[in-house]
Amino acid sequence: MEFDIVSLSRLQFAATALYHFLFVPLTLGLSVLLAVMETVYVLTGRPIWRRMTQFWGTLFGINFVVGVATGITMEFQFGMNWSYYSHYVGDIFGAPLAIEGLMAFFLEATFVGLFFFGWDRMTRVQHLAATWAVAIGSNLSALWILIANGWMQNPVGAVFNPETMRMEVESFAAVLFNPVAQAKFVHTVSAGYVTASVFVLGVSAWYLLQGRHVALARRSMAVAASFGLLSSFSVVVLGDESGYVATEHQRMKLAAIEGIWETETPPAPLTIIGFPDQESRTTDHLVEVPAALGLIATRSLDTEVPGIADLVAHGRTRIENGILAYDALQSIRAAGGPDAADPAVREAFAANVANLGHALLLLQYVDDPRQATPEQIEAAAWDLVPPVATLFWSFRIMVGLGFFFIVLMTAFFWQMVRNRLGSPRWLLWVAVFAIPLPWIAAELGWIVAEVGRQPWIIEGVLPTAVAVSSLGVGEVMLTLAGFTLLYGTLFVIEIALMLRAIRSGPAEEPPRAGSWQSAPAGE
Amino acid sequence: MELYTLIDYTTLRLIWWVLLGILLIGFAATDGFDMGVGMLLPFVARNDLERRVAINSVGPVWEGNQVWFILGGGAIFAAWPPLYAVSFSGFYLAMYVVLAALILRPVGFKYRSKRPEPRWREGWDWALFIGGFVPVLVFGVAVGNVLQGVPFRLDADLRAFYEGGFFGLLNPFALLCGLVSVAMLAMHGAAWLALKTDGCVARRARDYGTAAALATAVLFALGGLALWLWIDGYRLVGTAVTDGPSNPLLKEVAHDAGAWFANYAARPWLVLVPALGIAGALAAAAGLRARLERLTLLASGLSIFAIITTVGITLFPFVLPSSLDPRSSLTIWDSSSSHRTLFIMLVATAIFLPLILAYTAWVYRVLRGKVDEAAILREDGHHY
Repeated sequence: MEFDIVSLSRLQFAATALYHFLFVPLTLGLSVLLAVMETVYVLTGRPIWRRMTQFWGTLFGINFVVGVATGITMEFQFGMNWSYYSHYVGDIFGAPLAIEGLMAFFLEATFVGLFFFGWDRMTRVQHLAATWAVAIGSNLSALWILIANGWMQNPVGAVFNPETMRMEVESFAAVLFNPVAQAKFVHTVSAGYVTASVFVLGVSAWYLLQGRHVALARRSMAVAASFGLLSSFSVVVLGDESGYVATEHQRMKLAAIEGIWETETPPAPLTIIGFPDQESRTTDHLVEVPAALGLIATRSLDTEVPGIADLVAHGRTRIENGILAYDALQSIRAAGGPDAADPAVREAFAANVANLGHALLLLQYVDDPRQATPEQIEAAAWDLVPPVATLFWSFRIMVGLGFFFIVLMTAFFWQMVRNRLGSPRWLLWVAVFAIPLPWIAAELGWIVAEVGRQPWIIEGVLPTAVAVSSLGVGEVMLTLAGFTLLYGTLFVIEIALMLRAIRSGPAEEPPRAGSWQSAPAGE
Repeated sequence: MELYTLIDYTTLRLIWWVLLGILLIGFAATDGFDMGVGMLLPFVARNDLERRVAINSVGPVWEGNQVWFILGGGAIFAAWPPLYAVSFSGFYLAMYVVLAALILRPVGFKYRSKRPEPRWREGWDWALFIGGFVPVLVFGVAVGNVLQGVPFRLDADLRAFYEGGFFGLLNPFALLCGLVSVAMLAMHGAAWLALKTDGCVARRARDYGTAAALATAVLFALGGLALWLWIDGYRLVGTAVTDGPSNPLLKEVAHDAGAWFANYAARPWLVLVPALGIAGALAAAAGLRARLERLTLLASGLSIFAIITTVGITLFPFVLPSSLDPRSSLTIWDSSSSHRTLFIMLVATAIFLPLILAYTAWVYRVLRGKVDEAAILREDGHHY
């Protein structure tokens, strides 16, 4: 890897985002599980459900706080490392981030204090409301962040303004109801629910294996298995919806995930295993299911799934048209604005502005895209291909894990229905060892989504290489080293505290009526 | 006519300038006392129980308060994208220092009391001190640099280039502004501690708080004097186009002595604002001595409001002047989002800001009263 400013900034963003996302899925899912457990407590009045809420709440807190701390970095990193991006799309991209703060994060963060500190200060129903506010806030937070991210994948509802040299919003409704964003939201929160379910299931299984906290562990397991079964189905089904949406809007990403270099005669087969080679532009040792991709990706038997080579050829045409837009833009600027420009120039600009981003791909090779040679255009067109093998394998491992979670949850749900939770022991061990797997799946999911978008930071609009801040390599290396050290240390501390809290387990059953603890306000 | 044109572009830009001020003041007035408590922690609390009392005085609320900061960042991104892009990349290393300190803070709150060892707790006490002191100092230093102009320029594609180093930020005037910021939030933190604690912690908070309040008044006045004597301001040449496209390169800017005082010269009553900054701090000092705890917090908040507003008025209509290429300076008239985005964001703010204020007020009501030492000692896991 070259240590240029673009690679370093990408590495820094990837590292801080993937790190932040170690804490987010558990927050998303566990907040809902806490609210469910506390609802049972309020409905039944049984203290064990309150102890469950408090115990899992302690683990939630240890995890939540690192998520919040590392989230602050994400909010400011766009301006720090990607300042041209911030200028170029801030008019659209900033709005969902700000609304996330207003609508969701404020709710979550204000009530999380009451969740921890308010047990003895509120009635049961009030406290339950605070817990639900945290759960709803964190999930709404994900919605707005994914609306922002979905726009990077499928930039709808915006137009380029030559006077301000940036994209400006044309239809906010289109940004909100962006199908890519909606599909990503449901897929991502389902993944968070699976993560929390596997976590609660695995920790509970460990208690059962040790014969400790049995009553609490069995009840927790029942909640996790039910919730996990639903969410593991939805993560796969909605993941498929996400794939279907990608075929419409990000055909290159789909082709790379499938390792299809040449367009196949429909219906395209689904590749289970293969070894994509970026150099030779082939995928070897294929194991395929006939027609399946055609069905999944296009929901028909006669629609083509275009291959990488065809998409590159299409991209080459767009680069050539983009050069025309770039040329018209310079003429408009020389004339002193769109109103002053020659009508023919304005017409040429309007006809080709959708391809302007493609011309910017050439900035890696020449200062003025109009001076690009045919070889440079060809090279820029092939830059449109993301790292195929990375996507191919990340996707397959993620999907494999998704199916594994369905099997795991079904097994535990079945044991629950038969009232045999806690046996057989080998199944409990499977649950314990499954704990890290949702995190692997979630991180791979982001790699598929974000690496698959390259070379674009905004699909088809702004190349990643152009979006970076004008910084020195030394500065970015320094902060990258700083983040690595800080995050590494925090990670070790966080895991140690989690393990410590799990080892010491939930508080024991409090003494019966008459003691100070059994009568909080309002009970 | 489309809905968003109900409010004209000029008015919307002005409204967003006010809203930005409200967010920054909201941040300083709420998270400000959390950070003030962090800064004062080594001084007002000398053993573990005292530290826990001080920390738990902000324990249930710092998380919500911190959102004002995050929302401030988000609002700048949404309403003033060029300001967000230029300032955060320009102040790159300073921003990193702020982020690193702000990352330590939440973890410090949450993890400190998870283990009993004194070394562990002392380590996190330092984290909380750094998380309070460092960002507050850097924010003040940043304001000091903005008042002097920041060495950046924009090229024809509006890409920003910054030509100053990290150590250039640490000039005498900027450091003075940094001290104003530190004194101001130490005052606020002390006012909060005086309200929420009693015993030794409250007594020391009153002493340190009085000193900080007096320092706020003196340093802020000195800052004004230094600005008058040594710092040249910026002004627009010719009439400002207030509803044109957001492109800073379409104007001319002059760099003159006295330009920062032009708004006060044009509207002399504006002098009341900085005067209120000093009066509020003096009132907070008096309030601490007289043990009028609620009034003290109010006076301290008023001082914060007036000091931040003073900076806004002094700079107006600039938000980020450029010392390298004055024409590239960002003003509220040429570095905002589009008309439509400003309108949409205003609608969102009009819906959610009152809701936020309402439920935040409810949470503070639920948590009212002094921190209960006995509850902390019960070790039932609810407290930090």
